[in-house]
Amino acid sequence: MTEAINPLAIANPKMSARDVKVFYGAKQAIKGVSIDVDMDHVTAFIGPSGCGKSTFLRTLNRMNDTVASARVEGMITLDGEDIYSPSMDVVQLRARVGMVFQKPNPFPKSIYENIAYGPRIHGLAHAKADLDVVVEKSLRRAGLWEEVKDRLHDSGTALSGGQQQRLCIGRAIAVEPEVILMDEPCSALDPIATAKIEELIHELRGRYAIVIVTHNMQQAARVSQRTAFFHLGDLVEYGVTSDIFTNPTQERTKDYITGRYG
Amino acid sequence: MAEHTIKAFDEDIDRLRGLIAEMGGRAEAAIESAMTALQRQDLVLAAQVVADDKRIDAIEAEVEKLVIQVIALRAPMANDLRDVIAALKIVGVVERIGDYAKNIAKRVPLIMVNQRTLEPVSLLPSMGQVASEMVHDALNAFAARDADLAVAVVERDTVVDDFYNSVFRTLVTYMVENPKTISECAHLLFIAKNIERIGDHATNVAEMVYYAATGQTLPDRDRGGAAAEE
Repeated sequence: MTEAINPLAIANPKMSARDVKVFYGAKQAIKGVSIDVDMDHVTAFIGPSGCGKSTFLRTLNRMNDTVASARVEGMITLDGEDIYSPSMDVVQLRARVGMVFQKPNPFPKSIYENIAYGPRIHGLAHAKADLDVVVEKSLRRAGLWEEVKDRLHDSGTALSGGQQQRLCIGRAIAVEPEVILMDEPCSALDPIATAKIEELIHELRGRYAIVIVTHNMQQAARVSQRTAFFHLGDLVEYGVTSDIFTNPTQERTKDYITGRYG
Repeated sequence: MAEHTIKAFDEDIDRLRGLIAEMGGRAEAAIESAMTALQRQDLVLAAQVVADDKRIDAIEAEVEKLVIQVIALRAPMANDLRDVIAALKIVGVVERIGDYAKNIAKRVPLIMVNQRTLEPVSLLPSMGQVASEMVHDALNAFAARDADLAVAVVERDTVVDDFYNSVFRTLVTYMVENPKTISECAHLLFIAKNIERIGDHATNVAEMVYYAATGQTLPDRDRGGAAAEE
């Protein structure tokens, strides 16, 4: 039996969105999306280009604030706290809700500094010894420690694409986030580097709430336990990943995942 | 159903469905020919059924190959995935149905009774008819993705089971009265059992079709089934 997830009825949600609408100027990109995500499941957002999945992902740590024409309506909470409330410290929010982007974007600094920068400016560690611990722990969690431990002071940009992306994940982890948002984290990587990131996502699950936007449906199937299908700004269907890929309830979901879309 | 963006995917699926339609048609014909051969004591026709089974086996192998290729190259999802997996399972079952028909045909020469008809033979054609119609409808249901027709096939299984129980009793009575025909009647009993198994297999195909078409498994039903040989 297919078990449809009620997007509003997840136990212990880490983040909740209620009737979220996003406008770019006059154009509405998100048409009232409500969804909960939790710590125990990796949530994948899938959908065709322009469906709003990345736009919606960016509302979860207020990345859209940087887009002048963007306007967000509705309510998004982190542990029940409204992240769009005027009292919310956006810098602090983005430490709690980290983000990994499509193209690896390490700082043009050493591997060590890439990791140490966040904890230092957020005041999580100051002494060299403390930072050393954070750097090693973060790189280990990012599955990169063994590959870089002997060259921590080489430039982060000298690493391979896959290593750079794991460095960026390590950088996000270093500030002890609660949620990690990933926007197409593997689209610039080869299959082996992709597999390493996917394995890493699997290992990080449960420690952080993870939301991943991907164009690669096989990737959504491999890494997530819950899948949300977006189309033209609507959340069309949200369900257990294995159900979505074997027996979706909505015609639009079915057409998209079977390759019959448009 | 809308076409795939990738046309070659549709061509693969069409070829798969075409092969299964051919296989089903051949299995159905094999049952009918085996029963006709039995009735008419037609050894040539019986031999033909045995020979034709090779083509059914060959189609099974071809479908298996194509299904693996489709999974590897097209990564089918949702209803496509259910269709392709159903196809793989269905050919395995239809191959067995073909084997049962072949087994019936192989028994035809062993039931030749000199210048005398064996009365119970007359009971079997209508039983074979029901079973072969079930095979026909189960495969049609697959071709049309028709869940209702699949349910109708499943419901008809009891008819074949009832036939079997009735044939069984008749044959036992006949053997008691005509001990010289026990050898022939034993073969008839196996033939009846084969037809009963064909009905069960057609039912299994119908259940697979139902799942492929709806994504839901058929609710359990009360399987009266064939009574154990009393």
